[in-house]
Amino acid sequence: MDNDSEKRGQLRVYLGYAAGVGKTYQMLADAHELVKKGTDLVIGYLEPHNRKNTIAKAEGLETIPRRRVGYRGSEFEEMDMAAILARHPAVCLVDELPHTNTPGCGHAKRWEDVLELLDAGIHVQTTMNIQHLESLNDQVWNMTGVRVRETIPDWFVRQADELVMVDLPPRALLNRLERGVVYEPAKARAALQNFFKETNLVALREIALRQTAHEVEVHTQPETLPETPEALDEAHRPAASPRDVLNDRVLVYVTEHPSTAMLIRRGRRVSDYLHADCFAVFVHAEMDFNDLPAAKREAVERHLTFARNLHIETRVLQGADIAATLLEFARLHRITQIFMVRPRYSRWQGFLGRNLIHRIVRHARDMQVTIVAQRRQDH
Amino acid sequence: MSTEVEPYKDEEFLIRPEVQPEHHLQHERLKVFLGYVSGVGKSSRMLDEGRRRRLYGQDVVVGALQRHLPAELEQLVHSLEVIPLKKLDDGEAMDVDAILRRHPQVCLVDGVAYDNPCGSKNPKRWMDVEELLAAQIVVITSLNLQHIEERQDEVEKITGRRVSETVPERFLYAANEIVIVDVPPELLLERTSPMATAAPGPAYTARQLSELRELALLLAAEVVDRQLEDYIRAHGLALLWGTQERILVFLTPDTNAPAMLASGRRNADRFQGKLFAVYVRHDRLAAGDEAHLRQHLDNARLLGAQTDVLDGDDPVEALMEFARAHRVTQIFAGHPSTEHWWYRFLGGPLDRLIRAAEGTDVRVFPH
Repeated sequence: MDNDSEKRGQLRVYLGYAAGVGKTYQMLADAHELVKKGTDLVIGYLEPHNRKNTIAKAEGLETIPRRRVGYRGSEFEEMDMAAILARHPAVCLVDELPHTNTPGCGHAKRWEDVLELLDAGIHVQTTMNIQHLESLNDQVWNMTGVRVRETIPDWFVRQADELVMVDLPPRALLNRLERGVVYEPAKARAALQNFFKETNLVALREIALRQTAHEVEVHTQPETLPETPEALDEAHRPAASPRDVLNDRVLVYVTEHPSTAMLIRRGRRVSDYLHADCFAVFVHAEMDFNDLPAAKREAVERHLTFARNLHIETRVLQGADIAATLLEFARLHRITQIFMVRPRYSRWQGFLGRNLIHRIVRHARDMQVTIVAQRRQDH
Repeated sequence: MSTEVEPYKDEEFLIRPEVQPEHHLQHERLKVFLGYVSGVGKSSRMLDEGRRRRLYGQDVVVGALQRHLPAELEQLVHSLEVIPLKKLDDGEAMDVDAILRRHPQVCLVDGVAYDNPCGSKNPKRWMDVEELLAAQIVVITSLNLQHIEERQDEVEKITGRRVSETVPERFLYAANEIVIVDVPPELLLERTSPMATAAPGPAYTARQLSELRELALLLAAEVVDRQLEDYIRAHGLALLWGTQERILVFLTPDTNAPAMLASGRRNADRFQGKLFAVYVRHDRLAAGDEAHLRQHLDNARLLGAQTDVLDGDDPVEALMEFARAHRVTQIFAGHPSTEHWWYRFLGGPLDRLIRAAEGTDVRVFPH
């Protein structure tokens, strides 16, 4: 235990399907057990939400005082990274993982703070809800009508050493809300009418159960493949080995269109489940990338950055015939599946066969092409 | 990090115009704490719920416990009223008649998978529970995944053992509430004496525990999915996308059906999802083609797909109707081996499918 500072800390994530299921409470209860066994544990950040039981459960645990941060004339309280690193406990509890830090104070996101703590050899236990997982962002929006802004990339959760699903039947959660245990009355009423509808809760719960099962599977059968996509030059490897035949290689076709973000998430999620390598590729017909109109260029760059943040390897290609250039790249790099967004169709079908997406489908007869729907939120 | 352009909506305050209170699911009657191995704390959660309900003024009794109760749970039990087990020649059983006479609001029943001794009212304890439920008594119980009848094959694959005392899966599906009691194996293995179960169970490796855990989580998801489906049906709500991947293989003449079905199976397994396969019967379908399609459909069934033959003059329309009704997330379709030249301009059936598949992914397979 003493030489742990050399080693990277271990991460435990308490995963719930909504606020109020008891993640923080469970984390605190387990913390008391650890302290009883003599573990040096501190609370780095706790969000008590004025919940009586949670506050009571934190008693007797050492808390690192929060840091006050001024921003645009207001004062905010944030986790005090410097104090935690100086104190260097064996285990640090960090509540509300998806939190966005006040600008101008260290990392942009709390999960980045957690990475720093882990790098410093501190074990971290943290809490989050399933709807904050980046690759589920569109599904959550489709189901609940809510676009969750504070997201955590899937790879962060994947590297957790332990994932604990904190479960509570939706009915019981609704009772808690109605009793005012989760939020104060006004907020509880609004929540009950919106996000906390029973169908939403049941659906989110199912997704959380499946996600946890998936993470358990990934941990049980460690992938022999490297975590990051292989270097593209490896395309020139000798003849395909059986592994190449079995393993999918996914290419996400990036454009300037806003739906690309959804496509990247979908491609990432499918790749994760298929244990596939994933690439994001943009093709321009202009001679130089900088010849693109500024707005288009910026949108494409934003999408490519987004893809890289999700640990997807990106490429920008140039070619007069976009479909041909994309397919040439795909063949060279043994892509098995191309992901594209379903086009928006005008009323008049016109020459459907000449639409770019349809042309790619027609010409990519040697690989799978997935046309991803843009799900609407229509209920 | 999101690059979407939708207007910002606060996650818990979104006000929608058509807000209407949803009716709740049936009143709770049976609640099951489900765990993947003994020692995760199911009994403790069950007893604690009994204690809390008593605090809220409910009339709670303990109907039956496990044969071996961990010492630290005994204190919890002492705070509750216990109906003694009925002594029989061959052992003990829950005293159903005594509980029915006492008629509490809530009855806690542990060891629900136990066989009752000879001469008992029912051969199985879970049947005793059904009697209590029929008498309008709320039952809270705990169940270990390894004791579910239909999961014995899977459990044996992991642990090499079957158990003799089992509960049918439908018992779980009938529960109004299930709670998964989830503990990572690492934590379970760490917890030595105090939290460990008093029952001397077999020692499992971390890997076996993980596999059992995955099985339990997926079973719970399955139960929850059925609840969701019932709820949606009962309230005529729009079907939701994305709680689970559901793959539909669209079989058409002249496509590479075996490859599509094999990939469908593999993908459904990877996604822990469901697999469907259909073909559409219409006037222009040649008899020989239909015979082939029927054969592929038989193969699909052998692969564990749910299969169907649809009718409709417009195959694309019939397919999409089926896809919507079954909450399909991905349609697998194939390139035909030959193609008319005019498709290049006007589009062929595949292009029409892509166009019609609003809300569903379409994966096109080579031939």
